[in-house]
Amino acid sequence: MLYFSKLRITLVSLITLFFIFIASSNFQDSDNSLISKRINLGLDLQGGSYLLLEIDNGPIELQKLQNTTTFIRNYLKDKEVDFTDLRIEDKAIFFNTSAKNKKTIESFFLDKNSELNPYYSQYKSHQFDIMINENQFRLTLSKYGLIDIKTSSQDQAIEIVRRRVDEVGTNEPNILKRGNNRILVELPGLDDPMRIKSLLGKTANLTFRFVTQKDNASFGVETLQFEDGNNEALVDKRIILNGENLLDAQPQMNNQTNETVVSFKLDRVGAKRFGKATRNGIGKQLAIVLDGKIVSAPVIRDAIVSGSGQISGNFTFQSATDLALLLRSGALPAPLNIIEERTVGPDLGQDSINAGVFALLIGFLLVIIFMFLKYKIFGLIANLTLLVNLFLLVGILTIFEATLTLPGIAGIILTVGMAVDANVLIFERIKEEIKNEKNNIIAFDTGYIKSKTAILDANITTLIAAIILFFMGSGPIKGFSVTLVVGIFTTLFSVYFIARMLTALYVVKNKDKEKLI
Amino acid sequence: MINFNKFYKLFNLMSLILVLISIVLLFIKGLNYGVDFKGGTLIELRSSDKKINVTSLRYSFGNMNLGDFNVKKFGSDNDFLIKVEKNDNSSNTIEIIKKELRVSMGDTFTFRRVENVGPKVSSELLKSGIIAIAMSLAAMLFYIWIRFEWQFSLGAILALFHDVIITLGLFSLFSLEINLSIVAAVLTIVGYSMNDTVVIFDRVRENLKKFSDIKIFELTNISINETLSRTIITSVTTLLALISIYLFGGEVLKGFSLAMIMGVIFGTYSSIYIANPILVKLRVSQKTILKEDSE
Repeated sequence: MLYFSKLRITLVSLITLFFIFIASSNFQDSDNSLISKRINLGLDLQGGSYLLLEIDNGPIELQKLQNTTTFIRNYLKDKEVDFTDLRIEDKAIFFNTSAKNKKTIESFFLDKNSELNPYYSQYKSHQFDIMINENQFRLTLSKYGLIDIKTSSQDQAIEIVRRRVDEVGTNEPNILKRGNNRILVELPGLDDPMRIKSLLGKTANLTFRFVTQKDNASFGVETLQFEDGNNEALVDKRIILNGENLLDAQPQMNNQTNETVVSFKLDRVGAKRFGKATRNGIGKQLAIVLDGKIVSAPVIRDAIVSGSGQISGNFTFQSATDLALLLRSGALPAPLNIIEERTVGPDLGQDSINAGVFALLIGFLLVIIFMFLKYKIFGLIANLTLLVNLFLLVGILTIFEATLTLPGIAGIILTVGMAVDANVLIFERIKEEIKNEKNNIIAFDTGYIKSKTAILDANITTLIAAIILFFMGSGPIKGFSVTLVVGIFTTLFSVYFIARMLTALYVVKNKDKEKLI
Repeated sequence: MINFNKFYKLFNLMSLILVLISIVLLFIKGLNYGVDFKGGTLIELRSSDKKINVTSLRYSFGNMNLGDFNVKKFGSDNDFLIKVEKNDNSSNTIEIIKKELRVSMGDTFTFRRVENVGPKVSSELLKSGIIAIAMSLAAMLFYIWIRFEWQFSLGAILALFHDVIITLGLFSLFSLEINLSIVAAVLTIVGYSMNDTVVIFDRVRENLKKFSDIKIFELTNISINETLSRTIITSVTTLLALISIYLFGGEVLKGFSLAMIMGVIFGTYSSIYIANPILVKLRVSQKTILKEDSE
């Protein structure tokens, strides 16, 4: 097995050169290099913010129950089926009926074409689970009903989050779904996420409603606080207009009052509705309500038919800009909570890179000195292999544009330490074989063959640990497992193709030498 | 040839005692979980004002009404690490701290790192960390069972438990922090220790085929000796790499590399003194391997 065809030698050399070339592109200016691929730096190395948001679906579930309750009331009245005490309690809808109507009502809910209780054929389940206790019906959202709500609110929320983050204009943000009620936001280069956090922390649910004096409206009234927290007002629950009718919003200086305001433009439907309401409501106060708090409540002096207007409310330029941004990007379907936040400043990132690279150099140096002292010529071969191995590793990470994290750098250093293991196993085996075998070439050959199972087993076990780490780990740890996995493959390649070829060349030249290794 | 097998009993007893002590420590003293697993807020500060020290920072944080917190030096003289245990998922703890610190100590800080982990996330991370370690142990067990015989599998897995438990025991003893990267380190230890055990087992199996008249007690000793120089060299190169991470890789990687260093040392030891004696105890013989071949 000591003969290597010219083709094979050329191929191995070409592959090696190719990866050295790829790896080197990381150290050039991106404008000059031929390939645009490079290793991405993780947030812990380049600095930046990582935010994990959880959607609070409680209000949406409640909304769903309320809508369904209304629907049930109308539906049953329509079908002339009597029922009593329809109410929502503990996330469930309850109502009573008479014994004779029980079966009829049950069939309304359990029919596969039910309008009241939609059937999801892909899940083989209805939206609501029904429990009947004597004459009382109890409806709760089924497992799949909940999933349906969660995924659709997640779909809406991620869109809004993306718009808001894009509007702030950070550098290449990364916004991903996590599970069915979480959103991950990665913001490279951002060292203070305060503004983004405050923007994402607001639902931005805007409504225009009349301020009333007494409880006369058919929709009911509620008492809402002003944003400054000092005053409150009684506000009609009927919504004249909400944020969905907004076409645009911009911060502006009001020339007359010298005040910062947010000016808005309405779409056609909104403009029509707004015009009608203001015409009928001259002299009344119009409350501008954002997330349950009154921003301001100006008195209507004229009908506003142009479809544009201004919101005033003690804004600074910054807060007006933020409000305009929130209004432009639309309301979140539900509130978001930040449940995990990690921010690394750019100088710590750079320090980590420096420390990591320095540790890598020292580790590499120590290992090659040790190997040379221990194995002389063979040590040099192992060292050369190790160097190629590093280039292969960096090259492959570059091709996949993998993300390098600080633990990832540790993984590379660890690979350096462990990569020589395969060569050590082989060399030690050859040493043993030479004791009984006079022929160097045969000893060399058996050394390679007999060490194979140990090397494979040893690497597969490490691979198993690394793969589990990849699937279970998060963020930086994933980066560690990626370098470990790639490191195992590059190690095997460099040991079996490069080191083997070099040792073969050396052994063939020195086949009669005593004490070969 | 070194007679490793002469000390099987002695070292087994020692390991048993160490494992028991570790378990007792883990139950009584417990582990020092970091923000990742316990939740709370972690802040790494760099101060440009030389007069600011741990005591003065502790005083300012004491006035912030944050509940339990911990201030310590982190690496260089002007770097500090503050951990706030308050864990009520309020995302503005950081803003409050930043504001109050500016008021009480002036604008002399850079916030190098800020982490805030809510209670839900931290308990999930802990759970997935434990699952990951358990899964990797199970996967190793399964792999060795397929490649060798169940006796080998049992020996290897006990050696792994030994390494993981003693490493965690040491972390408990010295109150070193357990965070996500320690879980990664523990998993890597599992891989490394396994690696070491497999190389010796591989030789044991080969020797079982080669020598039909040598008992397992002798045979493990021969195999350990034959692979000894490899064991030492690989441990040395791995330790060289790890020590360089520990010394030069920065504060963040210190815990990780320390766990790995301990793991490599125990892993090497346990391959010799846990995994092999178990083969002897389970009366592995030439027959065990023959059965494997005939199947």
